[in-house]
Amino acid sequence: MTSLLVWSLAVPIGGALLAFVVGGRRVHWFALATLPIGLAIAIAIAAALSRSSGPLLYLIGGWSPPLGVALRADWLSAIMMVITAVVICGIAAFACGDFISPRPAEARRPFAFWILLLALWSALNLVFLSGDLFTLYVALELLVFSAVPLVCLDGRAETLRAALRYLLFALLGSVLYLVGTGLLYGACGTLDIDLLAACLRPEPVTLVAASLMTAGLLAKTALFPLYLWLPAAHAGAPPAASAVLSALVVKGSFFVAVRLWFFVMPALPGEAATQVMSALAAAAIVFASLLALRQDRLKLLVAYSTLAQIGYIFLMFALAFDEGSGRMVQGSALVGGMMQAISHATAKAGMFMAAGMIYASLGHDRISELGGIARAAPLAALTFLLAGLALIGPPSSGVYLAKTLLLRAADNTGQWWWAGVLQVGGVLTSAYLILVVAHALAPMRRAPTPGHAAIPRLQQAAALALVLCSLVLGLVPWQPWLPLPVAMSGHGPLGLAALWSMLWPILIGVPVAYLLGRRGNRRPWRVALWLEDADRLLRQWPTAGASLVAVAVALAAAMFFGR
Amino acid sequence: MNAATLAGLSGAALIGLGLYGVLTHPHPLRKLLSFNVLGSGVFLMFGIIARKGAAAGLAADPVPQALVITGIVIAFSATALAVALLLRLFAVDRSATLRPDATIERNDRSDA
Amino acid sequence: MTIIEALDIGLAFLVLGVAGWTIAAHEAFTAVIGYVVYGLLLALVWVRLFALDVALTEAAIGSGVTGVLLISAAVRLRASEAEMMHERLGIAPRLVAAALCLVAAAALAAVVLDMPDPGATLAPQARQPLAELGLGNAITAVLIAYRAFDTMLEKVVLVLAVIGVWSLSTDANWGGLAGPTRLERTEGPLAFLAQLLPPLGIIVALHIVWVGANEPGGAFQGGALLSAMALIVLMARLREAPAIGRRWLRVALISGPVVFLAIGLLGFALAGGFLAYPLGFAKPVIVFIEVFMTLSVAATLPMLVIGPPDRRPS
Repeated sequence: MTSLLVWSLAVPIGGALLAFVVGGRRVHWFALATLPIGLAIAIAIAAALSRSSGPLLYLIGGWSPPLGVALRADWLSAIMMVITAVVICGIAAFACGDFISPRPAEARRPFAFWILLLALWSALNLVFLSGDLFTLYVALELLVFSAVPLVCLDGRAETLRAALRYLLFALLGSVLYLVGTGLLYGACGTLDIDLLAACLRPEPVTLVAASLMTAGLLAKTALFPLYLWLPAAHAGAPPAASAVLSALVVKGSFFVAVRLWFFVMPALPGEAATQVMSALAAAAIVFASLLALRQDRLKLLVAYSTLAQIGYIFLMFALAFDEGSGRMVQGSALVGGMMQAISHATAKAGMFMAAGMIYASLGHDRISELGGIARAAPLAALTFLLAGLALIGPPSSGVYLAKTLLLRAADNTGQWWWAGVLQVGGVLTSAYLILVVAHALAPMRRAPTPGHAAIPRLQQAAALALVLCSLVLGLVPWQPWLPLPVAMSGHGPLGLAALWSMLWPILIGVPVAYLLGRRGNRRPWRVALWLEDADRLLRQWPTAGASLVAVAVALAAAMFFGR
Repeated sequence: MNAATLAGLSGAALIGLGLYGVLTHPHPLRKLLSFNVLGSGVFLMFGIIARKGAAAGLAADPVPQALVITGIVIAFSATALAVALLLRLFAVDRSATLRPDATIERNDRSDA
Repeated sequence: MTIIEALDIGLAFLVLGVAGWTIAAHEAFTAVIGYVVYGLLLALVWVRLFALDVALTEAAIGSGVTGVLLISAAVRLRASEAEMMHERLGIAPRLVAAALCLVAAAALAAVVLDMPDPGATLAPQARQPLAELGLGNAITAVLIAYRAFDTMLEKVVLVLAVIGVWSLSTDANWGGLAGPTRLERTEGPLAFLAQLLPPLGIIVALHIVWVGANEPGGAFQGGALLSAMALIVLMARLREAPAIGRRWLRVALISGPVVFLAIGLLGFALAGGFLAYPLGFAKPVIVFIEVFMTLSVAATLPMLVIGPPDRRPS
């Protein structure tokens, strides 16, 4: 049964290599044939895990750690693998509309897209399964190499520039991660996660390693203020690629950060460092949501929304710290963070696809000229709306469950300030959604550019299906996999209190959207201008690079002096 | 001070030098060169760890050395991909700048 | 201070000096030349660390092939440099950056000085199964047995890099001959070298692969040398690079990872697990894998260096 772990990697890699050598115009067939097998393997692993008493373990080549490399599937790996498989299937269905070779011969864009999609999938599965820090490094590199070319498939100068910025910054992050890996090996003579967890002590070498690795991973995940590469890359890519980048790729390095803090070195960071992490997360939520209000293009708004959501998934670090034992605990805060990650993965994939369809039917994605979209592309507009709703979190959704868990953890640990950030984030999310809706409901200003093709049904269905997925994630019986408090299962889906908890952020969001949102040529508030200046500054390379080193230094200082 | 510690200190210094270059050089090719200097400094850190792990008749621990060999290959692939991106960008745009809004600014200028 | 120590210190200063020059040089081309020299000096440092396999790899890839790649890029990008002069940072931001980098380097240096000697090691564990595997070189054993999985994935990374580079072509040029548009065939020393060196290089490369099981060397170093020979031939324009759609090229590019993966999966049936080698047959299986890895490295590196197709397919 544990050989499934190997197959979950070998199948997409094999599919990608085979597609590469056979090529031709039907290169997508290899991907489409691989999808159901990969999905079945992911589900089978989750099923096997629910029957097993501990994580599933596979020793590659029969060599046991520290010399060999182990694959391990625990509850984190299982849910991430299943959700990844589902999202990849949805994206592949959507991509069938855009990435089929039009000629009888092999074509550049489909060839690259389908092979890289499979490679990216295997890289993610490896991230979720690897029990070894250096194998995780290789997995992260696989992820970057398959993600970067997707950004610039259309070959325009601005996407090429976005891809280059992404690659260079991601490489800087990798190198920081790598040096930390080496130092940890020097300290313990192993790279295996479990063996390291038993061996690591808080001493200079391990603390320096931990802060460098964390900073590198934050750069790859684009947590505030290290996001210079993300908006242009995610907004400029073709819709299917944006979906995969925003929904899945950033979760890869996030997952490694979780592995590092909760599994490799739960006792190392100490309280101050967890507060630093959550402070960056809180800044990301507030800053990026406000900037989403200031965008004039829909895809850029969605990209800034992703930045804010990255903040949400990192907020749990302070909430998961147990003061008594001085360790990170794998409890409801961690579950809340992971739930947020998978809800965002499904909702944001659907949202980027919807934005892509809106672009296709209007010939542009300027928010101020969205009027009439509800008539031009009703299903795309509805999907976008539902995706936004899924991010706000109605009672059946995964985001609702995540928020409940995080608020509870904040309550239990007496850290009310992080609960406040969550609520403010909800208001701001509602605000940028309301801004889009308000523009979409306006009458059509001019007829859509003629000559555009109708949106394929399959694309509409794929996007809607993923969004609906996110909206019902809260109803899934998670008990067999997640360490969930018993009281959380089967919470009354439509209690008045639950409904109110969703409604009030929307009510406050209306005036916020009115005051801070970009509306035509109206002179904005000075605060809004300051925010835009700060954003421009943080997207400059020297600022972002210096911030990266500064984050590493701050984390190291917090780990040394704040314990 | 033995050769290993000396190499480790050189590694730390090379990491600092490379990092400085990556941060401050505006040209992507120079950033890439600096990134390679930074990478080789990181590999030297592995080298000192390997050398200090000399045991069982081996002059150095083979595991970190193998990791470095894998790392050099990956660094080369990354450099090749970045160079290809950069050359394509220059061919399309006649500019290699990494400034975020460069293309948009140029379009605005030609519109005006 | 002994002579050796003095030489070590001199080498360290030389390495740092050349690295500093590479970072500080005014023109990109000068900086790249500095980098090539730096790579060769670094190979010497690796020799001093008794890491000959790494030294070979560093000389072949870190200095050699990367050098060719960067030199040709610097030549083609020369026109872009003048425009970017005004983007150079002022003195204040430079000082901030320098201070931050200094903190990072100082922390790492402190950690280095703090490390115990002898430190943690896997050398005894890595040494013990060598006889059973029929290998004499522990590094080869790490690469192809204990951590075979990483090595296989790294070969997949190379294939992905090729796909990424090719994807930077245009739709019209897809399927064309790899590399930039053909220039005049060179005469003179390069053409002469390109005729003379390859036969020698191929022999040396095969030797490096073959002895890699027991002595420093192996698939990667041998493949890198072969690819250097291919690059010399391509650069002297004795031969054209193949079209990217050619089946033999694609087979060669993926042969390493595919054979590795297939043998790994066969291990389920024959040796009781993924990437396990059958008892008593480990050595021939390993040599078999190494041959194909050499082939795919030799095919991949030149394709990465010459870049995407720039001509329509004929």
